[in-house]
Amino acid sequence: MEIKAIYYLIPSLIMFCCGLYGFLTRRNMIAMLISLELMLNAVDMNFVIFNRFLFPEQLEGMMFTLFAIAIAAAETAVAIAIIINVYRSVNQVDVRTLNQMKF
Amino acid sequence: MESVGSIILYTIVCLAIVIFSVLAVTTRKILRAATYLLFTLFAAAVVYFMLDYQFLGAVQIAVYAGGIVVLFVFAILLTSHPGSNSERLASKRRVLGLIASILMLGVCGYSLLSRCNLFAGKPEMEALDMQTVGTAMMGTGAGQYLLPFEAVSVLLLACIIGGIVVARKR
Amino acid sequence: MSATIPVLILAIPLFMFIFLGLAGKKMSHLLAGILGTLGMGTVLVLAYYTAFHYFFSGDPAFISEAGERLQYIVFNQTWLQFTDRLVISLGFFLDPISAMMLVVITTISFMVHLYSLGYMRDHHGVFEKGFQRFYAFLSLFSFSMLGLVVATNIFQMYIFWELVGASSYLLIGFYYTKNSAVSASKKAFIVTRFADLGFLIGILVLSFYTGTFDFTSLTSVPVEGMANVYHVDLSTPNAVLGVFQSSAAPMFMGASVLTWALVLIFMGGMGKSAMMPLHIWLPDAMEGPTPVSALIHAATMVVAGVYLVARLFPLYLMEETSLVIVTVVGAITAFYAAMVACAQIDIKRVLAFSTISQIAFMMVSLGVARPEFHEGLGYMASMFHLFTHAMFKALLFLGAGALIHAIGSNDYTAMHGLRKYMPVTHWTFLIGCLAIAGIIPFSGFFSKDEILSACGNYSPLVYVWMSMVAGLTAFYMFRLYYLIFWWKEHKIPEGHHAPHDQAWTMSLPLIILALISCVAGFIPFGKFVSWNGEPYDFMAHFDWGVASISLLVAVLAIILATVMYRKENSLPEKFKNALPALWDWCHHRFYWDELYMFITHKIIFNGICRPLAWFDRHIIDGTMDSFAILTNKASELIRPLQSGQVQMYVWIYIIGALLLGGVTVLCLI
Repeated sequence: MEIKAIYYLIPSLIMFCCGLYGFLTRRNMIAMLISLELMLNAVDMNFVIFNRFLFPEQLEGMMFTLFAIAIAAAETAVAIAIIINVYRSVNQVDVRTLNQMKF
Repeated sequence: MESVGSIILYTIVCLAIVIFSVLAVTTRKILRAATYLLFTLFAAAVVYFMLDYQFLGAVQIAVYAGGIVVLFVFAILLTSHPGSNSERLASKRRVLGLIASILMLGVCGYSLLSRCNLFAGKPEMEALDMQTVGTAMMGTGAGQYLLPFEAVSVLLLACIIGGIVVARKR
Repeated sequence: MSATIPVLILAIPLFMFIFLGLAGKKMSHLLAGILGTLGMGTVLVLAYYTAFHYFFSGDPAFISEAGERLQYIVFNQTWLQFTDRLVISLGFFLDPISAMMLVVITTISFMVHLYSLGYMRDHHGVFEKGFQRFYAFLSLFSFSMLGLVVATNIFQMYIFWELVGASSYLLIGFYYTKNSAVSASKKAFIVTRFADLGFLIGILVLSFYTGTFDFTSLTSVPVEGMANVYHVDLSTPNAVLGVFQSSAAPMFMGASVLTWALVLIFMGGMGKSAMMPLHIWLPDAMEGPTPVSALIHAATMVVAGVYLVARLFPLYLMEETSLVIVTVVGAITAFYAAMVACAQIDIKRVLAFSTISQIAFMMVSLGVARPEFHEGLGYMASMFHLFTHAMFKALLFLGAGALIHAIGSNDYTAMHGLRKYMPVTHWTFLIGCLAIAGIIPFSGFFSKDEILSACGNYSPLVYVWMSMVAGLTAFYMFRLYYLIFWWKEHKIPEGHHAPHDQAWTMSLPLIILALISCVAGFIPFGKFVSWNGEPYDFMAHFDWGVASISLLVAVLAIILATVMYRKENSLPEKFKNALPALWDWCHHRFYWDELYMFITHKIIFNGICRPLAWFDRHIIDGTMDSFAILTNKASELIRPLQSGQVQMYVWIYIIGALLLGGVTVLCLI
């Protein structure tokens, strides 16, 4: 049996949909961020898979993933800084209460 | 033909991705969610290894698993009491979210499956050595990425400063 | 003559205005006042130098070999160029009347600067609030007035004309916390603005046909062989008249277009010089500080209208009708103002109406001037009277200011019998009264006599009329004098000091002006000022018959005033009761203000403004408001979409993505 591209893509898609579900339903901002990471990771995987199966002699997908990881790290750091700041101000991280620009 | 070992490995990784993803978004304990995320990320790293991108797998483990998840854990510990459950979700929300996700799964899965024979089997690829990755990242020619590299470095610097400014105690 | 001194004459007051206006708050009151006074003193010296140079140096640019005074453009800078010919320039124009005006303005202005050092503080020597501002405005006014009289063209004159109006507005409203001062300044500004509208239209009509703004190209011809030197010659205004007559529309509503232009220009002069029916602002302008009244509303600004007519006099000669209008307006105003002045209680009001009356004298004198009669005696007399009137009226106003400062009230009812307490003020005021009444040898006698001679030559009716007004003048001035200084013993209110003469800064200008009023009549004015620059012997035209009659009238009027007002008696009361209607009409200024109020408030406001305001508020604003309300409602409607709930946005996004994806999939199938 051969492991085709689709066999890698389906788990990645499931991962993405899980992330989507989490992002839509969770109230905790950190949990939402975790869901976001899941989606991001699924996309990264897709880049790599397509790169590997379609253009193995090139590196675009891999490099893209590499940069995406760096940016994801940066984004997470800032997001968490914001979350901590919010927590300090309103003492919770429930996204429903945060519907104003200034609080 | 793949070796039996790699098929077994694939099966395990595939299951891990699916199971831990689902768990990460369904568990009510936020710290556990972070842990499941860690496992999912590890599984993704294994996928990279299986696809012969060793460097990328290593980066995935180092940055994501080693860095980001630790950040998450810190944030969780700072913003909530360990062990406390997040509130139970209203079933209406859960159902709606589920419907959206399944619809998304259906739409994307259908389009993938209907085109899956476009992809041939895994082509051969010569081993990707570090030098190739390095030159790709540091060169300025076609298929080389010095400019994004620099842009990302500036972005990271901005994030460091921004993170400090935002989270700093006033 | 180099341009340095003329430029300095204009630049120093402007600089003082900017400097005191900007830096005044940073310096002490006294320093600001002294700086302003010193600046004005410098200008005084420079202006005197310029005028003396002009009159006495014998420079061929100023006086021809035949002894004719010439007009000299010291400099003329192009400011706006509309077409090749239609150019607005700013420059400095020297001719007999502008040189004379330089002397008048700087003298009075300097006296007022000096006087204000004493006047603008209370009895304890504390300076009034805004003292520096006051000096800045005085400098601005001096600058504008000087710029007005040296204008080389009618548009420059208009610019400075408006500046004068603006600085007059600022100075009348100097006590801007006082309601009456604020409304007086508004009134003055609006009335003069209204008149200036006519002035502007007149300028535009004139320049439309002639294609020029320059005085020299309207009234004079260049002197051969010399640049920038002109002499008045009737050939140029004749050519202007020809231009108008050959134009497509020589007549408009029964009068020639040139007449219209000149009358409209005269309307500007009527506004500034407070001729009927635009005189209503001047009595109210007395709300300003008294030195301002002396400077602006007695001696300088209000004669701008006279100056304007004198400046364009050769053109006015071309249209008999316009001169007749000037005469009639002047004669009516003179009589009216003199009547009203007889029944006022506020001493500044009396002086204000007397000013109106005297300016009307000058107007009449210009209106009756004809070159055929004694080489335009009326013109010379008008300028002479302008000069002497500026001196003695400033003297009277400053004297009134000293009285008001000492008593703290404008009404003569609070004064009476002050001659013992304030001898300096008393004597100088008496000299002013004698001068305005026309008693030999004070200055007013000579100038008024010239005017009456000119009137007598023009028409006996005007002569009799103006003689009567002259008699009235003597009467009301001495009524005022007796009511202030005699009538009965002064009652000193409880807890007050006895009134006394003011500080030297206030007394000195009084004495100087009194001296000038004593001797100014002996100036051989005809040698310096005449309508075409040709000098003539003043005394040769002196008509002793007219002089003795006017002197007799004045003396009779003074005797009448003496009988009625020297000692407290019941005569004035009896007179008042005998003719209550006359007294009421005079006291209420013939109800002119009420008439204006009726026209503006009842007719214009109710009939025109209110419907327009309603239209504006309901139709125009309503349309705009309905747009705003519509936008507002629409915004309210879609505002919930921006809930601030992040997950809501994600939901919307996901639904959109799913729809797009679904469509794609359907297409794939």
